Amino acid sequence: KMQGVAASVSDTLGNIRPWLHKVTTQSKMTDSKYFTTTRKGEIFELKAELNSDRKDKRKEAVKKVIASMTVGKDVSTLFPDVVNCMQADNLELKKLVYLYLMNYAKTQPDKAIMAVNTFVRDCEDPNPLIRALAVRTIGCIRVDEITAYLCDPLRKCLKDEDPYVRKTAAVCVAKLHDIDPLLVEEQGFLDMLKDLLADSNPMVVANAVAAMTEIGESAQTEAAARMLTWSGHLVNKLLTALNECTEWGQVFILDAVANYTPSEENEAQSMIERVCPRLAHANAAVVLSAVKVIMKLLELLTPGSDFVQSTVKKLSAPLVTLLSSEHEIQYVALRNINLIVQKRPEILKHELKVFFVKYNDPIYVKLEKLDILIRLTSAANIANVLAELKEYATEVDVDFVRKAVRAIGRCAIKVESAAERCVSTLLDLIQTKVNYVVQEAIVVIKDIFRKYPNKYESVIGTLCENLDTLDEPEARASMIWIIGEYAERIDNADELLESFLDGFADEQTSVQLQLLTAVVKLFLKRPTDTQELVQRVLSLATQEADNPDLRDRGYIYWRLLSTDPAAAKQVVLAEKPLISEETDLLEPSLLGELVCHIGSLASVYHRPPSAFVDGRVAAQRKGLPSRAPTLAEATGAADAGAEVVPTDNAQNAKPAVSVIPTQDSLIGDLLDIDMSGGGGGSGITQQSAAPAVPSQSNAMDLLGDGLDSLLGLGGPAPQQPPQQQPAVGGGSGVDALADIFGGLSATPSAQAGFTPQLESWLPAQRGKGMQIDGRFLRRGAQLQMELQVRNNAMQQLSGFAIQFNKNSFGLAPAQPLSLNPLAPMQTATTLLPLHTKGQVQKMEPLLNLQVAVKNNIDVFYFSCLVPIHVLFTEEGGMDKRVFLSTWKDIPADSESQTSLGSYSHSPDSVSNLLQSCNVFTIARRSVDGIEMLYQSMKLCNGILVLAELKISGGAFTLSLKSRHAEVYSGVQESYLKILKSSN
Amino acid sequence: MIGGLFVYNHKGEVLISRVYRDDIGRNAVDAFRVNVIHARQQVRSPVTNIAHTSFFHIKRSNIWICAAAKKNVNAALVFQFLYKMVEVMGNYFGKINEDNIKNNFVLIYELLDEIMDYGYPQNTDTGILKTYITQQGIKSQTKEETTKITNQVTGQIAWRREGIKYRRNELFLDVIESVNLLMSPQGQVLSAHVSGRVQMKSFLSGMPECKFGINDKIVVDSKRQEPGATSGGGNLGGGGKAGHIAIDDCQFHQCVKLSKFDTEHAISFIPPDGEFELMRYRTTKDISLPFRVIPLVREIGRTKMEVKVVVKSNFKPSLLAQKVEVRIPTPLNTSGVQVICMKGKARYKASDNAIVWKIKRMGGMKEWQLSAEIDMLSATDKAKKWTRPPISMNFEVPFAPSGFKVRYLKVFESKLNYSDHDVIKWVRYIGKSGLYETRC
Repeated sequence: KMQGVAASVSDTLGNIRPWLHKVTTQSKMTDSKYFTTTRKGEIFELKAELNSDRKDKRKEAVKKVIASMTVGKDVSTLFPDVVNCMQADNLELKKLVYLYLMNYAKTQPDKAIMAVNTFVRDCEDPNPLIRALAVRTIGCIRVDEITAYLCDPLRKCLKDEDPYVRKTAAVCVAKLHDIDPLLVEEQGFLDMLKDLLADSNPMVVANAVAAMTEIGESAQTEAAARMLTWSGHLVNKLLTALNECTEWGQVFILDAVANYTPSEENEAQSMIERVCPRLAHANAAVVLSAVKVIMKLLELLTPGSDFVQSTVKKLSAPLVTLLSSEHEIQYVALRNINLIVQKRPEILKHELKVFFVKYNDPIYVKLEKLDILIRLTSAANIANVLAELKEYATEVDVDFVRKAVRAIGRCAIKVESAAERCVSTLLDLIQTKVNYVVQEAIVVIKDIFRKYPNKYESVIGTLCENLDTLDEPEARASMIWIIGEYAERIDNADELLESFLDGFADEQTSVQLQLLTAVVKLFLKRPTDTQELVQRVLSLATQEADNPDLRDRGYIYWRLLSTDPAAAKQVVLAEKPLISEETDLLEPSLLGELVCHIGSLASVYHRPPSAFVDGRVAAQRKGLPSRAPTLAEATGAADAGAEVVPTDNAQNAKPAVSVIPTQDSLIGDLLDIDMSGGGGGSGITQQSAAPAVPSQSNAMDLLGDGLDSLLGLGGPAPQQPPQQQPAVGGGSGVDALADIFGGLSATPSAQAGFTPQLESWLPAQRGKGMQIDGRFLRRGAQLQMELQVRNNAMQQLSGFAIQFNKNSFGLAPAQPLSLNPLAPMQTATTLLPLHTKGQVQKMEPLLNLQVAVKNNIDVFYFSCLVPIHVLFTEEGGMDKRVFLSTWKDIPADSESQTSLGSYSHSPDSVSNLLQSCNVFTIARRSVDGIEMLYQSMKLCNGILVLAELKISGGAFTLSLKSRHAEVYSGVQESYLKILKSSN
Repeated sequence: MIGGLFVYNHKGEVLISRVYRDDIGRNAVDAFRVNVIHARQQVRSPVTNIAHTSFFHIKRSNIWICAAAKKNVNAALVFQFLYKMVEVMGNYFGKINEDNIKNNFVLIYELLDEIMDYGYPQNTDTGILKTYITQQGIKSQTKEETTKITNQVTGQIAWRREGIKYRRNELFLDVIESVNLLMSPQGQVLSAHVSGRVQMKSFLSGMPECKFGINDKIVVDSKRQEPGATSGGGNLGGGGKAGHIAIDDCQFHQCVKLSKFDTEHAISFIPPDGEFELMRYRTTKDISLPFRVIPLVREIGRTKMEVKVVVKSNFKPSLLAQKVEVRIPTPLNTSGVQVICMKGKARYKASDNAIVWKIKRMGGMKEWQLSAEIDMLSATDKAKKWTRPPISMNFEVPFAPSGFKVRYLKVFESKLNYSDHDVIKWVRYIGKSGLYETRC
């Protein structure tokens, strides 16, 4: 009879607890003592205990060894003593010894051999648990000598009568394959493994599947790869076994089945039917793997069919359920849902509300939910979404708030009817004056302007009020773009832009480029009073900037303005194509690949495995299968809406989806459009007889001409621009152009004779994603450190600062490091001027410099060697007589002579080359075809170094004399570098 | 697959380190400590990639449990395994804390050796593990004994051993639901769902086949078509209402035959011995929300705020809710609070930045009110950033807010001489608060 009334079951653990108590008390306060810190002589004591006569003492000792191993102490010296305990009949002790062996066998291969006999014997033990333990462990000992002994026992174990041994042996084949793939093939283990797929025991099957999948991914030979492919027959059998497997076994099987592509629609359909029940499994991994199989198979079915629709319906509830699991699983699920809604938006289109952010969600869940929320936004639900986003924009976490603000902008672009509400929401947010909210809002408003030109410009006034608070490059660039674009409506546009111009050199390139374009736009719109401004920006861009893009763009604008302002207008003020609504979509073929990896790390990172996995495995790329079009579709155009997405040229097949770059690259995008949009840029190539390098002096004239024609539009054709340095030859346009570029590229190289290569200072692995390459330069008496910082991390880097440790020459930064925040995968180069008035401490090696670089993540330390020649001052020259007497004064025994090798330099070129590095040639002598150069240099701390460079038939020999012999090696090093650099 | 498992204490000291694969080097254990545990920033993701190695972590109290992998592993599987590992350890020695882990490290290594091989999870069922991992040392078992063990570990019914005998066959069913709600200040339900689970404790002899019936629409509808199938139902849940609920989705324990559920909508299984979670389900329609919170916040100037909160209970007057607690967040710069409430006890907890209102018992269809005056220090920049977190509620009610009902649970054991009628069955319904929030 059923007892319907609710009854209290007070102690839910009831029957387990007393037992549990036994286990814990028995070991209570015994084992944790092993974690206490080491004393001196402990190893020695352990050794004695391990060799004790008493069993219990030996066991205690092994426990201590394992505890030490866990906390990272090196107990490898105890190897022989521990191995001696292996023969014990106590299973617990045996397991501990095996654990030790797995850890240290590799370091002591010769001694590991001692264990082989015991292993082989254990593989024959009557107790299946011991047989399995032996075969499990032996596969983890990666010592060649032992591997050789493994084959026979493994073969026996694969055919063992006990399923527990067989399931362990199956995994062992994968272990052996990792050590020696060819051995596995030679010994026929692959066949045996394949036989296990038909085993009567479900766990043996599951492990065999796991092993086969892994081996298949790294198969060495064609034959092996072929043998390990999944046939329809096999897949069918596996799906039958699915029911009986453990949850983990189900995952192995589903992941394996996902690699199989059926040839017919019917087969795909029946596979889906058999996989669908897994969607109700309690284990999220089973659910996601089932989703993966189904998503892949759906590609093979007739789109829009009833079966497809009902399958798609079945997918939504299990996905939503994943969101009530633990946070980490929620995160994995959300990352996958993000892919799924891009691939098949219909699955979750009615589930918007489950993605509303909860106050207590961890930040990683919040950010992902927000992303999906936007993807699901449509005109039907925009009101709900917007209300939520407004709520989120007032939260505490900065990243989340920024993303919410950005999301509001995306809503505006996606749903036109809501644009106005979005803009007013953004304005409300700007009124909060919270700095990062304002900046983010300005960035998105720029996009809204682009999507709906001439609609919301009334808000510009509000935006301009916040100009001073913008300190992020993206926000600054966006604001500048807005000012440039709407210059004619902003009365004080010139003042605003001018205010940015004052700190031009400190801006990031993206901002500089934007500023350049904006000022030119302003000039074209209001030529009368902005002439001075445009000249200033052009000269800043062309003469003071290091960045070649900036310089080139500056020249192009300059040329355009000076030769054909009408064309300039057409180019710069060209109509821009509208931006489309979907942003941040993954590129279709990548999306297809990631869908094949649902549930895996690739789906969490949204990157293909090759991006984060080493080795060959990564090289195999997966892709969604494509459906063979049916006859009706192939011939008739009736089914035009069919979405067939072949993997190889997915983009062609699905023209509707255009991938829009993410926010980070949008600015770049805008600029590109500015340049290429008009199509009227005839002035660039044809009229290229213009001066190669305009200089300040004639800039006025150039613009003057341009200005005339601009003001008198439609008037007489522009005069031939004055030529200050006519292009040589002046023949065909092409020649002239080549000349211009030649001239440009020659400019920087003329400044310094020798520029060293960038050195890797801080690899990204050590810098948590920040990678620093750099070199030391000396330009015009100024010592500089050039830093090229690259952000390989997945988040923005900012807040950079640099510090030097005390060093031999007192090098120290002359100003703080100026580096704007770096977006992921962005690189920035900065020049840091150095002085030599810092604290001095002699380093070993002498030129070693220890540097600390800080960013928002951490402080990183690296050391680099300063090439000594950058420390040579401009005052290194001296009178011949002084040279001679100094040379004589320094005792002969402190002279050092080295051979520098052979070079093709002439004495003159060497002398010039070295001169550029402040090595001054004082005198020169030529005896019997042997050239002698006498040179001097002076270090920044006053140390004089004298040199005699002997060139005999191309072989260079350097003799150095100085009162400070420590510097010799550095000087020799630098000579070598300089000579090699231009040889 | 998984390359290594590490367990750290809150300081980042290694308590357990088990490397399964050669691709995980010795420095991996340090890499996670340095980059995640000792990182200055808040954890931004449970998955971290450091130098081409991916680290998955979960935390239990102040213990970090971390899996490392080099390959493109199944991330969902890794986390599920970590949860399972915690569960197994908990079943063996209770709470996961530093002392327990240190005291049982040998046991843990033995378990880790058993539940995972070369990074592939193996049998993780505690019931089965306990038959052969005992820390007593397996002395000399007979061949039959070991064969029994190995068959169970690898077998089709890996969750139950043979030969279980009870003098009294008994089973307990707990239907435990947590109600989640997000409500706008105006009383509009922004989102609401119930996630429920059926917890079963069985003390049944032999290998009993169980059939479980619930009042889910689909299950009931499909049952109607089979004549006579409804005969056993109806009387167990105590409520005779014909109400059927719409379950959005449900998930079952390993033991439930999923294919049978998919085709026949029948929940049939051979239960594990002892306690386990039979099913989990989720509903979103027709939830009877046990409570409603009506907030009224008035800011009077910059240094004063008035809060009025009304709590309404919305269920049968004969039922009693327990452990009712309302948390009303206060600004960070609160200097003083005066609270008055009709029932229960309300206190301002400065450490939580909240007024906590506790009501031990509350009957159905009641309406109680709290009002408070909050004084604040004059606004600083920080105060501006206070964002009015939602008011949250905790409670326990003796019914299932989703309307979920157990219709029957029949036990069949053909080999032994007991029938369904001899089994004593107990059912209990508990409704708890999940995230039950009202924005203000």
